[in-house]
Amino acid sequence: MQTIDLTEVGLRETNATLHAQSGDTNQTVWEIINPRGSHAIACGLNAPIEVTVRGSTGYYCAGMNQQATVNIDGSAGPGTGENIMSGKIVIEGDASQYLGATGHGGLIVVKGNASSRCGISMKGVNIVVQGNVGHMSAFMGQSGNLVVLGDAGDALGDSCYEARFFVRGEVKSLGADCEKKEMRPEHIAFLKEILAEAEIEADPSEFTRYGSARNLYNFDVDNAGAY
Amino acid sequence: MCGIVGLFLKDKSLEPKLGEMLSSMLITMTDRGPDSAGIAIYGGEANGKTKMAIQSDRPEQAFEKLDARLGKIMGCTVSSEVKSTHAVLEIPAGTTASARAALAELDPLIRVMSRGDSLEIYKEVGLPKDVAARFEIEKMSGSHGIGHTRMATESAVTTMGAHPFNTGDDQCLVHNGSLSNHNSLRRKLRREGVHIETENDTEVGAAYLTWKMQNGATLGEALESSLEDLDGFFTFVVGTKDGFGVVRDPIACKPAVMAETDQYVAFGSEYRALVDLPGIEDARVWEPEPATVYFWSHDAAPTSKEKAA
Repeated sequence: MQTIDLTEVGLRETNATLHAQSGDTNQTVWEIINPRGSHAIACGLNAPIEVTVRGSTGYYCAGMNQQATVNIDGSAGPGTGENIMSGKIVIEGDASQYLGATGHGGLIVVKGNASSRCGISMKGVNIVVQGNVGHMSAFMGQSGNLVVLGDAGDALGDSCYEARFFVRGEVKSLGADCEKKEMRPEHIAFLKEILAEAEIEADPSEFTRYGSARNLYNFDVDNAGAY
Repeated sequence: MCGIVGLFLKDKSLEPKLGEMLSSMLITMTDRGPDSAGIAIYGGEANGKTKMAIQSDRPEQAFEKLDARLGKIMGCTVSSEVKSTHAVLEIPAGTTASARAALAELDPLIRVMSRGDSLEIYKEVGLPKDVAARFEIEKMSGSHGIGHTRMATESAVTTMGAHPFNTGDDQCLVHNGSLSNHNSLRRKLRREGVHIETENDTEVGAAYLTWKMQNGATLGEALESSLEDLDGFFTFVVGTKDGFGVVRDPIACKPAVMAETDQYVAFGSEYRALVDLPGIEDARVWEPEPATVYFWSHDAAPTSKEKAA
């Protein structure tokens, strides 16, 4: 395992070292120590490597991730995993606001709670949160899945398109054009698969599915108040 | 952006290090705003005395024998300690109004930064490290304090536009965000007779809280009603003689992280500001909820966290 002391090496060199890893690198396991809440740690990775950050991170950790697995052994700051394309991010603690914003693919797992706007404008990413998510989560979610084992805050899925939301606990309120939907066998099967991938144990039958009522797709003057 | 920090000590043995800990937290937040910086320290009370922190752009002349000149007009003993562009006056309790009038008479260009039995506010244009060094904040002891580094958006970069804002005796406020209804609210408050000096949005927020409290609201109630009456983005940290409070607007896009141990309660715009605090690895770290007033007080029951109002 390669260990980088972020305080000694600095952010640019740390990220440049990780960016230099290609698909056939032999150095596949990395550890970053002394993150001290720094911004943009392990951003823009594009190789099948595993990076573990020992401590809490600041803004935009593992943003734009492709292929790599990034473990955060602490809590994560705002915008973690923003625009993730593929790969996996696992956060042992809590995640701050707009986790996985605009993410196109890959998987983000939060062992604690995620804050407001979790999965905002998600475009294909899967996000599994073991605790609760804050208000305005999955706002304008277009594709992908948000799975919440705890509760969801106000305005879940506001103005969403085709993203799907599975919540095991309470939903404080649903956003405009978001509605409760039936759980069909394919949803149970999906949950079983994604929970296994996230290495989280839960009974898929305990979840409720929410998604778009598809009333806001086209302008209708009767909906003017909801826009 | 803007960066804000706050530190409330439960462990008295840390009190001599308050200034040092708070300055270090604020310096870490420098890249959230380089325009001006300020710190409010609650350093404890002296019996029968109250403090006024004042500022002048030409301190050599303005503060020359100011204590004696002021004492003569007020008919009492005034002592003063000059620190760079600021001076802290110690005057008999209950004489802040007459001290203010006497100061206006002696030198209308002297500005009052803070007043209160325990509170001292130091703020200037510049980076946190320079402001902290200029006022020797690192040597200051106290029970709690708050700090701010500003990235100006709504008004000019001046000493008077720097935070913290003094909202009343021993009360102050720092703000990360921007208020969008500050012009109409300023007009309304001025009609009510509230003194507002600058075009700054936060000063209006501070004046609003003062006005609410003058009309009988507790600080907690004033903060609760700010959620209704202030439009815009805000994370506020407020200081009082006994403690400090935190409130975020309902959208809560301005960041906030808190940490609590047996020794302290700390606030930072980012976790980075908290990493050097003792025992942070084992602290309870969380984000304050939107539209929720938090308050910690030295007077409170052993459960130090309580919702105000």
